[in-house]
Amino acid sequence: MSANTIVHAEVHVHRDDIGARLGMWLFLFTELILFGGMFIVYSVYRFTYPEEFHLAAQELNTIIGTLNTIILLTSSLTMAVSIVAIQKNKISLSLFFQFATIFLALFFMVNKYFEWTAKFDHGIYPGSDTLLNESSGQILFFGLYYMMTGLHGLHVIIGIVMIAFMMRFTSKGIVSYDNYVKLENTGLYWHLVDIIWIFLFPLFYLIS
Amino acid sequence: MASDAEVIGTNRHEPSYLDYKGKHSGIKGWLLSTDHKRIGILYMIGILTFFFVGVFLGFLMRLELIAPGETIVSAETYNQLFTLHGVIMIFLFIIPGIPAIFGNFFLPILIGAKDVAFPRLNLFSWYLYLTGGTLALLSIVLPGGPADTGWTFYIPYSVRTGTNVILPLSAAFVLGFSSLLTGLNFITTVHRLRAPGMTWFKMPLSVWSFYATAWVQVLATPIIAITLMLVAIERLLHIGIFDPALGGDPVLYQHLFWIYSHPAVYIMIIPAMGIVSEIIPVFTHRTIFGYKFIAFSSIAIALFGSLVWAHHMFTAGMSDAGQFIFSLLTMIVAIPSAIKVFNWVATLYKGSIDLAAPMLYVLAFIFLFSIGGLTGVMQGVISINIQFHDTAFIVGHFHYVMFGGTGFAMFAAFHYWMPKMFGRMYNRKLAKIAFWFVFIGFNFLYFPMLVMGWLGMPRRYYDYLPQFHPYHLISTIGSWILITGLIIMFYNLFKALRSGPVVTEKNMWGGETLEWQIDTPPIHENFTEIPVIEERPYMYKDNDPPVEKEETV
Amino acid sequence: MDKQDINTEHSHGYGIYVLVWLGLLALTGLTIAVAGMNIGGFTIATALIIASVKGYLVLAIFMHLRDESMMFKVFLLVAAFFLIITFILLFSDYSFQ
Repeated sequence: MSANTIVHAEVHVHRDDIGARLGMWLFLFTELILFGGMFIVYSVYRFTYPEEFHLAAQELNTIIGTLNTIILLTSSLTMAVSIVAIQKNKISLSLFFQFATIFLALFFMVNKYFEWTAKFDHGIYPGSDTLLNESSGQILFFGLYYMMTGLHGLHVIIGIVMIAFMMRFTSKGIVSYDNYVKLENTGLYWHLVDIIWIFLFPLFYLIS
Repeated sequence: MASDAEVIGTNRHEPSYLDYKGKHSGIKGWLLSTDHKRIGILYMIGILTFFFVGVFLGFLMRLELIAPGETIVSAETYNQLFTLHGVIMIFLFIIPGIPAIFGNFFLPILIGAKDVAFPRLNLFSWYLYLTGGTLALLSIVLPGGPADTGWTFYIPYSVRTGTNVILPLSAAFVLGFSSLLTGLNFITTVHRLRAPGMTWFKMPLSVWSFYATAWVQVLATPIIAITLMLVAIERLLHIGIFDPALGGDPVLYQHLFWIYSHPAVYIMIIPAMGIVSEIIPVFTHRTIFGYKFIAFSSIAIALFGSLVWAHHMFTAGMSDAGQFIFSLLTMIVAIPSAIKVFNWVATLYKGSIDLAAPMLYVLAFIFLFSIGGLTGVMQGVISINIQFHDTAFIVGHFHYVMFGGTGFAMFAAFHYWMPKMFGRMYNRKLAKIAFWFVFIGFNFLYFPMLVMGWLGMPRRYYDYLPQFHPYHLISTIGSWILITGLIIMFYNLFKALRSGPVVTEKNMWGGETLEWQIDTPPIHENFTEIPVIEERPYMYKDNDPPVEKEETV
Repeated sequence: MDKQDINTEHSHGYGIYVLVWLGLLALTGLTIAVAGMNIGGFTIATALIIASVKGYLVLAIFMHLRDESMMFKVFLLVAAFFLIITFILLFSDYSFQ
């Protein structure tokens, strides 16, 4: 194990991409379970108030939901191919796809913004008078809707920031064709955000 | 880049991690250090500080209970005292406790690594810990005062009370992330950085226990994070998710809370069991009995421990089927713990036992943990549980497990590893005297709780009926003895740091694990050359006479 | 030991990703179509099955789980198992209330 006894001139540098990916996956499990906790809450209340949930879901805009699903799936594609591009040492192509991912993510957030503000205009937001006059099941549905899509949206924003950093790293050569684990881990994070949405979409938008 | 030849065989010139000059010097050299050993020490400073605060709060509570009626604090203040005592002791002392201090310091050394897998993340975890601690303490000074909900934050009271609930909630949230990132770091470290030849069954048992704990930290912590966040948002925005007035289900909150908080009990106790498994072979000079059983029982505890949470809720209105299932599972989780106890006792059998301070704490651990564990099994029985729920019996039980277990194991670890960590030896005689104060005080403090709980004394009451007076009086006196012991113990340890005799001997206890083969105190990256492991740990020849021991007093 | 060998991975072409993307879009269409039909209690089950298939595709291809060592797969199963068992135990209470 000569590799281990080499002492580097500056700080101790130990490169282990598998380890880095392992750490990222473990972190993704925690994210998965974080949302899992909310899915548990969702399932308990849907089990308790099935009719009210169906009724409340009619308020949601299936078209925006579908559009956002397509956007997010496409952004997952651009993320994945940006990694292939970096593996092939096509830096500007990789940068383009990373930018496309950010663009799609922003597009997603803009849709989300219009979707939420439309609800706010109808007086449907946590603690609003309109909502508090509805049945418990509907209050809970919208409570969960705002919490879960809100938390998901927060993850989208974090993802945007991370990819923006990756673009900077890629252009500076920190992320390169023979050292791209940072980009790969960002990709893993981004795909997880996509997976969460894959489950959120049918559970909120398609139950009316 | 330095050449290989320069590194090998120069270990006498390498400065210890305490003297190591890195990029930064002075205090910055500590606060910005990514060295796992320095981070371990940083944790130690933080955790001990909060421990002393927690002990002081507990002392005030016991003082209030010395006589019936209001003695030193009002009912409201008492509620805030036990909440703060709980939050500090659980989230800031005992959950990070052993993994953050000794796991950070010794886990890489025990597997023959130079550091953890993600050193910078490790430092970040400490800053998260510090942030969480600050948030918890902030609630004391801000208007509204500290929360009075109990550390469990049960809904609906935690949504209604006017005290600062959001601060301790966010403290627990941030601390959760600190704990989770430490766990993630340890799992990756154990998988990726074991020295050549260090196969899974050559790992020291404490590494197994840190590994099992890390999995619980990673898998269970997110649930509490999201749950506590929901409570905070419930207070702010009235989303209704747990608020019964809006259709929410408070019992669901209890479920989610205990889905984490019961496994958290194992986050607290499994590392302690690891410490015990580490110390017993050294001070009996025997190979550990049933290595694989102890190793796998750590995993089994982590696994089954995740499935028993609802036994905290037998009186909360669960279905009969739910009660039956959780009662059964609770019985099962006792098995791996018992396996460990039997194996430890079997290791003691015919060993040449050296009753040094670490060993005394370990023996006390086995005794106190057995009481704590068995009173726990009792509560798995629904009919008994319904009688004991929310009585002082529960308080006695979990202090026997948490303090008598984890606390004592941590004290054992201090006495066992501190000379290695700092290269200074404490006064061994004084350490034993302190032990007897702590041990006797502990039993005086908590055993009466078991008795009066049995007789019907509820927990979390600042006042009580006259018939409970003798028990409360004994308990309060016990708290004084215990605190005296703690003062002697920490005086002894701190004095050793400043002026104790210098130890340079590598292996002061005759241990057979890797930390005893490196310099005292360890050098910056632990090993001048990564060792190649050939033997299993704890390979003592049975009944060997102890390696010569001089009893320096 | 040459670090490059373990750290750099063999790369796939773009084709497979586009194919998976098309598959995901098709499944999205399918789940919307199924939601429109009235098949009673099976609606939620089909929705979850389709979502799981989509999730599997993302995990296996986009997230390269297919190419990772066994350990990654086992770990994912552990995490999923934890979540599922929690779910089942919770409903051992709720479904009998």
